[in-house]
Amino acid sequence: MALRLWASRSASYLKISTFNRAFATVVKDLKYADSHEWVKVQGNSATVGITDHAQDHLGDVVYVELPEVGTDVTQGNSFGAVESVKATSDINSPVSGKVVEVNEELNDSPALVNASPYEKGWIIKVELSNNDELKSLMDSDGYSKFCDEEDAKH
Amino acid sequence: MAALPLMKLIRLKGVPILQQLHLEERLLRTSPHNWCIINDGTNLPHIVMGISGKPAELLEINSVLRDKVPVIRRFSGGGTVIVDTGTIFVTFICNKDDVSEVQPYPRPIMSWSSLLYSRVFQGVGDFVLRENDYAFGNRKFGGNAQSITKNRWIHHTSFLWDYEINNMAYLKLPKRAPEYRLARNHLDFICCMKEYMPRTNFITRTVDALQGEFSVETTDLEAVESPSNTKFIHSSKILTERELEEAALG
Repeated sequence: MALRLWASRSASYLKISTFNRAFATVVKDLKYADSHEWVKVQGNSATVGITDHAQDHLGDVVYVELPEVGTDVTQGNSFGAVESVKATSDINSPVSGKVVEVNEELNDSPALVNASPYEKGWIIKVELSNNDELKSLMDSDGYSKFCDEEDAKH
Repeated sequence: MAALPLMKLIRLKGVPILQQLHLEERLLRTSPHNWCIINDGTNLPHIVMGISGKPAELLEINSVLRDKVPVIRRFSGGGTVIVDTGTIFVTFICNKDDVSEVQPYPRPIMSWSSLLYSRVFQGVGDFVLRENDYAFGNRKFGGNAQSITKNRWIHHTSFLWDYEINNMAYLKLPKRAPEYRLARNHLDFICCMKEYMPRTNFITRTVDALQGEFSVETTDLEAVESPSNTKFIHSSKILTERELEEAALG
């Protein structure tokens, strides 16, 4: 608590905002990674993006580095990046497989990641190589709790 | 009292900026340690753009081509700088768990680094983090950028200890500029750190500030460069003349 008070006073002195929304939206029926990516599974296909929690903490996305179609992705490993507030941040795949489609709209409209993180801001589509890996991901309730715990620590 | 996390310090002088960027990215992605790299000046003038930099928007390409100024696209985000012997580079590479009070996102990391630099510049000028730039008052003297991986992050800064006025002519006024810039041209927007602090004093004070948070251990470049490092694929690259010519044609 004292640390949070010190941090907000320091932020105020330095004229920077560290305010984040009190809660982030999650979507039921998606699965979530602890690195704040979501995956929507339909049979052997998966759509991947970053969560509302992630986009809120990252700030305005100005660029998305997309992989090439045909690239292999591995659960937990980076496949691309977003740029926001002078930082590149890795996007890590919650699943393993092959990239079959990338969201080309993000080239001209990277802010879709902020405005519509679970729909128009999707990033890649993957042909899954191992559906069993999905068991290690969180459901929406688990992820909500995870975000609350993470934010409470800081 | 808990022991401070270890941070390895490498002090360089005049190392080429591309070599520095390659070292940084490799340490970020393959090393388990925390690092501070200080490069006191780089040997030759170079233009360094962020990952999404578009030469046609950011550079006076014809002048750049005429004068053969090398242009690098680096692995981190952020804007464009021209660096030379008057630039002092300070880089922090940290495990997120060793700086656990800092959430691994751009603004909290910058909040942490600006507090560290506020100790460096205590009593010297009106130091402030202004819209993500390091400034004295409303004049920028340090440009910073970051790259964040799952468990680690890098925050690197190019400090303008001094600069060549002519070199600024290679850079256009960027489209994406902070509000406090108020459309000022480069010479009215930036200032030199040499007017505020001797060069060695800045480096000493930075290391002292670090020692408040880390157990700092000096190491040298030879200890971290080895033949096996050539396997790492760097993403910071010098743009070819052809790439610049194509950009100029738009």
